[in-house]
Amino acid sequence: MIGPTFSAAPVLEIDALSVSVAGRPILREVSLTVMPGEILGVVGASGSGKTMTALAVMGLLPPQATLSGRLVLNGELLTGKTARDMQRLRGKAMGMVFQEPMTALNPLMRIGEQVGEALRIHAPLSRDAARGAARAVLDQAGLPDEEEFLQRLPHELSGGQRQRVAIAIAVANSPPLLIADEPTTALDVITQSQVLGLLSRLARSRRMGLMLITHDLAVMAQLADRVVVMESGLIVDRGSMVELLNDSNVPYTRALLRASRLTPKRVGADASGPQVLQVTDVVREYRRPRRSWTHAPVPLRAVDHVSLTVNAGETVGLVGESGSGKTSLLRVILHLDRPQQGAISLSGHARSRPIQAVFQDPYGSFDPRWRVGRLIAESFHSMKAPADPSEIRRRVGGVLRQVGLSAEDAQRFPHEFSGGQRQRIAIARALIAEPAVIAFDEAVSALDVLIRDQILELLAQLAAQSEVGLLFVSHDLHVIRAIADRVYVMQSGRIVEEGMTEAVFGSPQHAYTRALLAATPTLPPAAGA
Amino acid sequence: MRAPLNGSLIIGVAITTAFLGVALLAAVWTPYDPGTLSIVDKLQPPSAHHWLGTDQLGRDVLSLLMAGAKNSVGVALLSVLMGGSIGVPIGLVAAARRGLVDELLMRGNDVVFAFPALLLAILITAVFGSGAVNAILAIGLFNIPVFARVTRGGALQIWTREYTLAARVAGKGWLLISLEHVLPNLISLLLIQAAIQFSLGVIAEAGLSYVGLGAQPPTPSWGRMLNEAQTLTALAPLLAVVPGLAVLLFVLGLNQLSEGLRRWAQPRS
Repeated sequence: MIGPTFSAAPVLEIDALSVSVAGRPILREVSLTVMPGEILGVVGASGSGKTMTALAVMGLLPPQATLSGRLVLNGELLTGKTARDMQRLRGKAMGMVFQEPMTALNPLMRIGEQVGEALRIHAPLSRDAARGAARAVLDQAGLPDEEEFLQRLPHELSGGQRQRVAIAIAVANSPPLLIADEPTTALDVITQSQVLGLLSRLARSRRMGLMLITHDLAVMAQLADRVVVMESGLIVDRGSMVELLNDSNVPYTRALLRASRLTPKRVGADASGPQVLQVTDVVREYRRPRRSWTHAPVPLRAVDHVSLTVNAGETVGLVGESGSGKTSLLRVILHLDRPQQGAISLSGHARSRPIQAVFQDPYGSFDPRWRVGRLIAESFHSMKAPADPSEIRRRVGGVLRQVGLSAEDAQRFPHEFSGGQRQRIAIARALIAEPAVIAFDEAVSALDVLIRDQILELLAQLAAQSEVGLLFVSHDLHVIRAIADRVYVMQSGRIVEEGMTEAVFGSPQHAYTRALLAATPTLPPAAGA
Repeated sequence: MRAPLNGSLIIGVAITTAFLGVALLAAVWTPYDPGTLSIVDKLQPPSAHHWLGTDQLGRDVLSLLMAGAKNSVGVALLSVLMGGSIGVPIGLVAAARRGLVDELLMRGNDVVFAFPALLLAILITAVFGSGAVNAILAIGLFNIPVFARVTRGGALQIWTREYTLAARVAGKGWLLISLEHVLPNLISLLLIQAAIQFSLGVIAEAGLSYVGLGAQPPTPSWGRMLNEAQTLTALAPLLAVVPGLAVLLFVLGLNQLSEGLRRWAQPRS
């Protein structure tokens, strides 16, 4: 990648920035620069200090934080400025876009006013003038500039549109620096690629410095001119993406790259086992609120005549964007909801629960008041549990060791574990019931790349060693490609394509699959590899 | 992780236990029998024999106050238990079942809510007769919707957590999940509400016996002490001040207790 040439002075200069919160060091001697028109990527696991760096620049650190070092924005020293001075700079000299588009906008304020407000804070504009300017900014953010759109409220917009509005607000005053903190993590792949395109266009055309924070190296590879890698508050590596890919000898960078590349975990799947899950022609509809007395509302068909199968020892991927009906289908398969039409049949031996599940949120999946041992043994409910408590303890210890934890962990509470460890506990909870099928609902989406890689390894191991069928539901094509033997692609409630993973991803037949693949950012292979 | 003990909690616990201790003590021992009249000793100022003096009938005020605490605590506590033991299950069922069951239960709740509580309690005791038991029933009735609503609100939140989903996948029904997962996670919320309702109960009991609809003579109660002292305020102001201060201090202590519990239960972010 050939970046633009930088001749001017840097927009942002961070020199030996250290931050500690309540005595605990969060950032240690962080130094970096952002040039005009340059996209600087900041990458690292959660808790590595990426967001803290951004907040320090914005002057939005928590009140208990203490800061040392120098922050210079456009030649102006930020450190030592009063809160009032920083407030004047925010929005005018630097803008920020956050991860969650759902909560970044005021739900009661019309779009035009929200953008106009950003302008009026920093310049004495009349309402009408602000309106006109807002319209121009929205147009640049790739949003319709019609009056009707300006009148809309945030809930009438899609996630992608909302994120565009947030970007429009951030750049409304043409700040020389824009900080984007995981701006596309909450978005679908297709929307993500559009929003990333918008950000890079704005940075280039306005010669605006863009500090892009993300955990996704593939996104970096597409966009960033230079990248800094952060680990526990330190910058451990820096360089262009090409340099990092090929020449970095920093172990952490290499580990991140390896984990992000998601090499296929499965080796020679044996999918010839008996069928353990059969979903036949399932329809699931949701009632919509009645809007008229005379016409019954048309129900929302979330799952539309879907059939799929899972064989013993096989890993099946179900991929689709949010709103494609994946979760509705999964709820029907798990017998949490009843389908309007169609049938689910599960086979398994009599002693077991035929299907178990692992959910997305490693924090919400466990009752905080229960010990891990009791949580795992909960799966024994309504099946013939071993009568002897010591036998239950032995089995709990067995599955804990199987997922890479120790038997003693049964005595601890969920909050004593990290996110990755909790997903292991969730898998143990599923395994103990000896199910025929385990369903995974976005089970690695909330995890860092390194942890995600370990969990996927574990699942591949399980699939290889046991007869359990795995149904893996995700929006992430890379994950599905790495783990699944066979894949179903779902769009608006229908299965639009199915087949062996490599066949589907290698030569996709359906336009939607092709669009998904094209929009998914991919890490280029290293030159030497 | 819990926040460290806070001032409100310490003050609240101290005052509340002091009053509960006095009430317990009064069940077995008071300096004098609060029922014994001794007209010759009437309206004495505080002395070594009668620490808080005597009233217009010569009864020892300290003994009356202690026995009144027993009455007050008993009525408030039982009415909180009554409200909780009916209201909490209603809230749990409404949150677990949703739909029509939820609508019916909560609208029924709203009907009770719609009445001005203290006025109706007066009406109930006036119709069914005055006395401690009817006071408990009347006050307890209005605790039911409070507990039902608090429980339902908290339970709805718990039901959105994935661990309830995991329990359903394990084959557990709504009743078992409500008892095993939902209720235990609501305990701190309910304790806080119980402390608030307790303090309201103390006030309500005092109010009812003030208008003569609570505990009947000769059972001593703070409300009636206030009532009887009313005509003597010029002569013996202490007779009104003492039970008035008792109600004030006890309610203040209970409010501090609930505030302290709330801050203590809130995990540090």
